[in-house]
Amino acid sequence: MTTTFPFEADAGAEDLKSVGTPEVRIDGLDKVSGAAQFVDDIDFGPNLLHGAVVESPHAYARIISIDTTKAEQVEGVVRIVTGKDFPYKFGLYMEDRYIFAQDHVRFVGEQVAGVIARTHRAALQAAKLVEVEYEVLEPLLDPMAAAAPDADLIHPDLAEYTHVPWFFPKSETNIAHWRKIRKGDTDKAFSEADFVLEDTYNVPRYAHCAIEPHVTVSRLDHAGRLTVWSASQSPHTQRHLFAEALAPLGFTHKDVRVITPYVGGGFGGKAGVSMEIIGVAMATTVKGHPVKVRFTREQEFYNTYQRQGVVAELKVGVKNDGTITAVEHKLYWDAGAYVEYGANVVNAAGLSATGPYRVPNISNDSLCVYTNLPPGGPYRGFGYSEFHFGLESHMDRIAEAIGMDPVEFRRKNAIVEGDELSYGGHMNPSGLIEAIDKTAEAIDWGVEEESDNPNTVIGKGMALFWKAPAMPPNASSASFLKFNEDGSVNITVSGMELGQGYLTVMAQIASEVLSVPVEKIRVETPDTDRNPYEWQTVASHVTWSSGLAVEKAAIEAREKIFEVVEQAYNFEDDTLYLEDEHVKSTTSRDFVLPLADFVIDGIQLDDGTWRGGPIVASGKFMPEFTNANSDPETGQGGHPNVHYTVGATGVVVEVDKETGRIWVRKAVLAVDAGRAINPDLVKGQITGGLVQGLATVLYEDMRFDENGRLLNPNFTDYKIPTAFDIPDEMIPIIVEVPQPDGPFGARGVGEHTMIAAAPVIANAIYDAFGVRIKTMPLTQERVAMAIRGES
Amino acid sequence: MRVELNVNGEDWALDVEPADVLLDVLREKTGVKSPKIGCERGDCGSCTVLMDGKTVRSCLVLAVESDRHVITTVEGIGRERLSQLQDFFISNNSFQCGFCAPGIVLSASELLELNPQPTREDVQEALAGNLCRCTGYEPIIEAILAASREESS
Repeated sequence: MTTTFPFEADAGAEDLKSVGTPEVRIDGLDKVSGAAQFVDDIDFGPNLLHGAVVESPHAYARIISIDTTKAEQVEGVVRIVTGKDFPYKFGLYMEDRYIFAQDHVRFVGEQVAGVIARTHRAALQAAKLVEVEYEVLEPLLDPMAAAAPDADLIHPDLAEYTHVPWFFPKSETNIAHWRKIRKGDTDKAFSEADFVLEDTYNVPRYAHCAIEPHVTVSRLDHAGRLTVWSASQSPHTQRHLFAEALAPLGFTHKDVRVITPYVGGGFGGKAGVSMEIIGVAMATTVKGHPVKVRFTREQEFYNTYQRQGVVAELKVGVKNDGTITAVEHKLYWDAGAYVEYGANVVNAAGLSATGPYRVPNISNDSLCVYTNLPPGGPYRGFGYSEFHFGLESHMDRIAEAIGMDPVEFRRKNAIVEGDELSYGGHMNPSGLIEAIDKTAEAIDWGVEEESDNPNTVIGKGMALFWKAPAMPPNASSASFLKFNEDGSVNITVSGMELGQGYLTVMAQIASEVLSVPVEKIRVETPDTDRNPYEWQTVASHVTWSSGLAVEKAAIEAREKIFEVVEQAYNFEDDTLYLEDEHVKSTTSRDFVLPLADFVIDGIQLDDGTWRGGPIVASGKFMPEFTNANSDPETGQGGHPNVHYTVGATGVVVEVDKETGRIWVRKAVLAVDAGRAINPDLVKGQITGGLVQGLATVLYEDMRFDENGRLLNPNFTDYKIPTAFDIPDEMIPIIVEVPQPDGPFGARGVGEHTMIAAAPVIANAIYDAFGVRIKTMPLTQERVAMAIRGES
Repeated sequence: MRVELNVNGEDWALDVEPADVLLDVLREKTGVKSPKIGCERGDCGSCTVLMDGKTVRSCLVLAVESDRHVITTVEGIGRERLSQLQDFFISNNSFQCGFCAPGIVLSASELLELNPQPTREDVQEALAGNLCRCTGYEPIIEAILAASREESS
């Protein structure tokens, strides 16, 4: 059984000119010449003020008093604000966060007050002089302890928080959301299974480490207009949350304008609203002045979203022939002090925690647990990277236990089109088997390799991945398109160019429909006053969703072009087509009309009058086939996910027997892009995502002390990959089984490329030494100790 | 304190504070924005500029140390026309978000100046001080090697 889609895009179209080609990025010149402007590069003149944040040194404490007297005496200080000035809550999926702390602080780094000053230096100096008296409380740092029934409550008012209807908070506990899936009969399946494996896997927290820090400049002008320049993935969502949170100050959506120029990397860290609201709130107190808040690298680590840690208890049952019969996956998420965004990571993981397998009996519990660590939030992979570590380690172990090759085991159980999903929907068309086979072939799976070096051992690993966009069921995209006098085109959308190549891909889609070359199409970054709505640039959904909106706008423009030409030259319906920027006719071979001749000025008739006028168009897309309503106890009944993107990863590693050092000699990743609108950009996502994912398993790791303070908030102690730390060889493989409702068959690939990087290394280490490491990261030290049989 | 420096071919005489770093002075007082603020402690390389043709991290150079020196940023590299290396970066779709690009263009330009025929390892070493979180470096390394091959042919 297959899903039918209400909107049939050109999924199977052939003979394409721009789509499917490795066009040069339309933002390439900007970036290589230094012309690309980021928020911090915009000049605001002499009345620009600078904001600094006073932060909690405690993971959990009650605020007794705040004394700003000394800080106010610093030369250049203009104003100091605290939670008293802004007693407002905000949040994307659950309103559990305050702009500034009210009576309690719940993590080290939480904003207690804000200082506005004429210089950055004065603001920082004054922030240090704000005296805050605390009653220090015992923090809860471990999600298992925090989830216990007798644990102290981090949010005693949880039951009163506003949240989306698909969250299920448990009042009088620290469980902010509990996503359950119950399908089939797992008890029976486990009792009838030939083999059952049960184990626990641990994944710590990680940092996004976009190289551009978070920065906003906010200005409330004297006419009451609030403009925010923001390094953000989510301009419209930011406008919405600013307008909602500050509604008591009299703002409506039309009064708030968010402008987002190029952003220097996001990876989820610049989605939603985190630090931005601090600067916005401060600016409302100094009318006429733009206020800049730019986080330091340290703040980037401890006071923006972090990837949540998870403790994963996994039980899988199989038959001797290798058929998976049941999966029970319990995920205890260390979600941090506020979960307004992170709870949806938990939700997404809970819906899909079986991985890309056909599983008839499922019991998933994904628990969003408050802790006194920094707020968890979206990070490339959105929960899937985390649970795939245990899941894909487990699959190798089961295969070995029943004497089956791990690749064969995966092929046998790989989910295929029409298979039932955990929540009752059906799997979309997918090239998973092809991805598995091509990946296995690329690493010579099954061929044992000996190292030339007596001190090292070669290991190979394979792992699969899948992921669906995690979005509200009505998350939508829109686009405007207009022609210019010379036949060039301007498109406005509100997806963000994060580096993935979104602007280029949108241009390619329009190019294909309109026969206008990509070089003649300009797609600009958003300004919420002028660009049409986009939910957010997250979930790897914009190529698909915004791409559909652009395709529809281009089709509408094409229809308008045909309409005016038909009218002016008396052509029959459906006899015109576009080619090389000209209108041509299937019935009159000599008819060739350049677009530039009429897309603004129109066409003059014999009587001297004109027809037509500027060609403008719009397009929108909302996935009208989804809904998030389901039974809270079973997760059945809804259709929360639009589709899954799948793939496989394989590595060949060389490992030093003594030191545990791992060299990734070859890394292969095959992803089913549906259709690669731009294969070069898909390959860019593969190499970039692979390296980012490999770092999470090889060395990255956020370390906290017993008081909840982050010990490594900088690039010296939290090492991210340099040009030396990449695999010797990376082989990107693009599989293309079209997504029926995707623009030219495309689906997203951005996040997917890092999801299987961790288990694939764990599996390769097992292959090399027969040791199984169940805690990330697999540092040199941990590997060396495991090889020696120490834990 | 007064410093005189040449930035991308233009002479500047500027009043600076003793604690000012070159990065802030370039961005705030000369309006040259391509050197970026990424970590302010010399880890990320986003603020890389050429001082008398050699790469420095401008966040670690005091403005007074740049007195009577010649500073080149990426705007200065491609002022008349883009360098061949820049062309290769564009045609190879080397960069994604582009925040690290100004620094990497300068580090790679310095490399090709000193070592026109670098090996892959030479390139990796030259880039080791410039962090990029998007690309996995591979398309950047390939473009630099392609530019060096073009130069020699």
